[in-house]
Amino acid sequence: MADIVLDKVSKSFPDGTVAVQDVDLEIADGEFVILVGPSGCGKSTTLNMIAGLEDISSGELRIAGQRVNDKAPRDRDIAMVFQSYALYPNMTVRENMAFPLRLAKLDKETINAKVDEAAKVLELTSLLDRKPANLSGGQRQRVAMGRAIVRQPKAFLMDEPLSNLDAKLRVQMRTVVSRLQKQLGTTTVYVTHDQTEAMTLGDRVVIMRGGAVQQVGPPQELYDHPRNLFVAGFIGSPSMNFLHAAVQDGSLRTALGDVPLGDRVRRELEAADAPRELILGIRPEHFEDAELIDDDTRRRGLEFDAPVEIVESMGSDKYVYFTVEGERASAAELEELAADAGSADFAGAGGNLVTRLSAESPVAEGQSRRVWFNLEKIHLFDPGTGRNLTLHEGRAAGALAD
Amino acid sequence: MTLPATPTDTAPEKSSASASVPTQRGSRRTAPLSENKKAERKLGWLLCAPAALVMVAVTAYPIIYSVWLSLQRYDLRFPDQREFIGLENYVTVLTNEFWWTAFGVTALITVVTVAVELVLGMGLALIMHRTLVGRGIVRTSALIPYGIVTVVAAFSWRYAWTPGTGYLADLFSDGAPLTERASSLAIIMLAEIWKTTPFMALLLMAGLALVPEDLLKAASTDGATAWQRFTKVMLPVMKPAILVALLFRTLDAFRVFDNIFVLTAGGNETSSVSMLAYNNLIRGLNLGIGSTMSVLIFITVAIIAFVFVKLFGTAAPGSDDGERR
Amino acid sequence: MAVETTTRAKLRWGLLDVLVVVFALIPVLWIASLSFKTPATLTDGKFFPREWTLDNYKTIFETDQFVRALINSIGIALIATLVAVVLGAMAAYAISRLDFPGKGLLVGVSLLIAMFPQVSLVSPLFEIERQLGLFDTWPGLILPYITFALPLAIYTLSAFFKQIPWDLEKAAKMDGATQAQAFRRVIAPLAAPGLFTTAILVFIFCWNDFLFAISLTSTERSRTVPAALSFFTGASQFEDPTGAICAAAVVITVPIILFVLFFQRRIVSGLTSGAVKG
Repeated sequence: MADIVLDKVSKSFPDGTVAVQDVDLEIADGEFVILVGPSGCGKSTTLNMIAGLEDISSGELRIAGQRVNDKAPRDRDIAMVFQSYALYPNMTVRENMAFPLRLAKLDKETINAKVDEAAKVLELTSLLDRKPANLSGGQRQRVAMGRAIVRQPKAFLMDEPLSNLDAKLRVQMRTVVSRLQKQLGTTTVYVTHDQTEAMTLGDRVVIMRGGAVQQVGPPQELYDHPRNLFVAGFIGSPSMNFLHAAVQDGSLRTALGDVPLGDRVRRELEAADAPRELILGIRPEHFEDAELIDDDTRRRGLEFDAPVEIVESMGSDKYVYFTVEGERASAAELEELAADAGSADFAGAGGNLVTRLSAESPVAEGQSRRVWFNLEKIHLFDPGTGRNLTLHEGRAAGALAD
Repeated sequence: MTLPATPTDTAPEKSSASASVPTQRGSRRTAPLSENKKAERKLGWLLCAPAALVMVAVTAYPIIYSVWLSLQRYDLRFPDQREFIGLENYVTVLTNEFWWTAFGVTALITVVTVAVELVLGMGLALIMHRTLVGRGIVRTSALIPYGIVTVVAAFSWRYAWTPGTGYLADLFSDGAPLTERASSLAIIMLAEIWKTTPFMALLLMAGLALVPEDLLKAASTDGATAWQRFTKVMLPVMKPAILVALLFRTLDAFRVFDNIFVLTAGGNETSSVSMLAYNNLIRGLNLGIGSTMSVLIFITVAIIAFVFVKLFGTAAPGSDDGERR
Repeated sequence: MAVETTTRAKLRWGLLDVLVVVFALIPVLWIASLSFKTPATLTDGKFFPREWTLDNYKTIFETDQFVRALINSIGIALIATLVAVVLGAMAAYAISRLDFPGKGLLVGVSLLIAMFPQVSLVSPLFEIERQLGLFDTWPGLILPYITFALPLAIYTLSAFFKQIPWDLEKAAKMDGATQAQAFRRVIAPLAAPGLFTTAILVFIFCWNDFLFAISLTSTERSRTVPAALSFFTGASQFEDPTGAICAAAVVITVPIILFVLFFQRRIVSGLTSGAVKG
């Protein structure tokens, strides 16, 4: 058990390419931290540097208070689970799990006892004599986990361990990983590109983009108080809606109508270098069918009419897609997010508005519908820097904040 | 069993470091050489050097040397008469009817055997690939002609056709088929075909394995007959494999030697060019003429290979992974 | 109905199988049969011997000519195989895992050599080896064998090496292995089958050669069995050598049959992945 500290850790190549830039991160003993971001954001490189599979160009890496920059992977006492599972095909499940123990020169009985125990935890006991080739994907994944936990290392590193599983199994294994980590209480760094995994698994989530850390915090905090456009768009499924907003006479002109501004945001926008155009972000669940809300709620938001394109009924509620006219929101971050998600999945910046309405709403495709949205939950972003202007001392306060 | 301890022991460190950052590779490739890259290059050259050196030393140098020898009068029985005579040897060889007879025999054997082998090999490949029963037995027995020493097989054929001894000799009424030109050539070709069809079939089988099962099923449901499935679906997918097999077998057939040596020793005008060159060199000890023939054979093979590659372009062998090498 | 058709299909395939097996085996059985015939029945023209004898085998193992040639064959083929596989493995490792300029050239050159007319080398090698004193020696044969076996080795091994999941090396390091341990316990066991298969193919190639063997040797000192066969005269000048030749032929066919029987799968995969004959 140990804490892991990254102190201005960078990875650059002699030709000047920078893969990871000045990452500062303190991972407490027993904490479960997720590194998440689109492909190429440096999360895997960061993990490999912690593992010792890649050199650290500058900065310092400490495990349990000890500087380990120059230590070989074997001397760091950490275990890793690979995306491909990396099971040794020439060894049985038992031999695979025993491999790190045999390398550590433990005696036979101890090895057997430890392997049996780990196998029991992961329900692998009946498979111990099989070769990896004869296992299903989920079983292989568990063997890979077993090989990691069997020697009780200081920390676990997991490199997208669930991404080769089918959707159903992935959800199952997510809980297995989570339970296991809580049971063992071992410091864990987990890399994924899937924001759902990041939200559900970690104590804290580190969002990376282009080799730099964007924001670190508990999942809910990232969700509610994104520091910038990238974090806001990356976290959440379906993702946040983004609309173009023009600053005009102390309010914002958007496709959903004119949004009034509170004092604090207005003051900020009065600065000489303040942007004249903004991006307005609002999550699907902050919309509601205008018929279904009481007056008290109504006062805190705005209403607009729009044609209904698609209704997806989830039972508990309805996802309703509206077509909205007007200029599209554009920013480098949004394009990057769309590219990463495969633009079809990332509706955030398109002409579509994704809303989550109550199941009771009688909304139907092809109609026009009056919809309310909550002004207190709006985020405003500077398209140039991506900064969240509604954030005040780390808390988002909506457009009306004073 | 030996393992290449040195290369694999030292290498992975460098390459694994670069391989684990796939996102950075593209940009690094175009950039000036990094330390890693330089080390990787050096290691690559170092590892390839021994193999490359041996191959070049034993082929390139001798070929150049043989060009030099071919420009000389050089008969080991009369070493005193050694002198530079320019292209005279080439004139001698190219105006010699033995050379052209041997060339014709070689060409005939090449064309006939390769054509027959392609058909038989395709059949054998289909059997090995699709048979419902005894796949292992078929594959094992097909490998025997491939593996067996050519000379051994040649002796077997020779005795089979030897009057009195052989079980096949009586097929020809006047006996002694190996003393007549036409039957000798037929037997030589039979021996060649027996020996090398399995190799052809193995190469074609590699191509067959590339034909997706679903594609054949789709063709069936679309109403294709077995023959249509073969010509319209399988052959196009297998085309690269077929070309590789053809190229290799053509060049291999062109060097036919062992079977002729044992079956007829080149008698009755059954010599191939290889046989003729050997006879001039080792039996006749005429290095000048022998080398001239060597050079001519080399040029012919180069032309055949060139034509194949030109005709079939990137489908030529060596373009594995779709990457032209 | 369905059952019936599959039985019929099986029968049809079975018939084709039998055809292939018979076609492949007849020449081998014939020469074996000859080797067991007594001198009296040797020329009876029957496919199977009426009287069996092992005399032919006794004869050849008593003649120096054959025993010497067998030793030459084994020694030369083994050494050439060993060297070709080691050099080939080094080159194949570089080709399959490293990125360096000249790689395409090497692959191209080895491809050219695979298709090279060996007889074109006979005259110059004959002359060069005489000058260097390599003529009629083991190295004199081993060198060309290595050369022509290398393309085969490089192709087959590159194909095998490309299939090895090299990521396992990283996993082994995380599990606490040193570089050497990762190689010995994880990579080597995975590479071994490929090396072994390649060795078999290369050995068969060297074992098979005839042209170099009769051109670059002149005495029992380095003459291999295929070459010696064509000089075979039996125990005495006046004896018909047929029986002895057949016995010797069977002896050198035995290793091939064993390889094929035990390693059929591997040989097939090696030949089809490398797709090159030496």
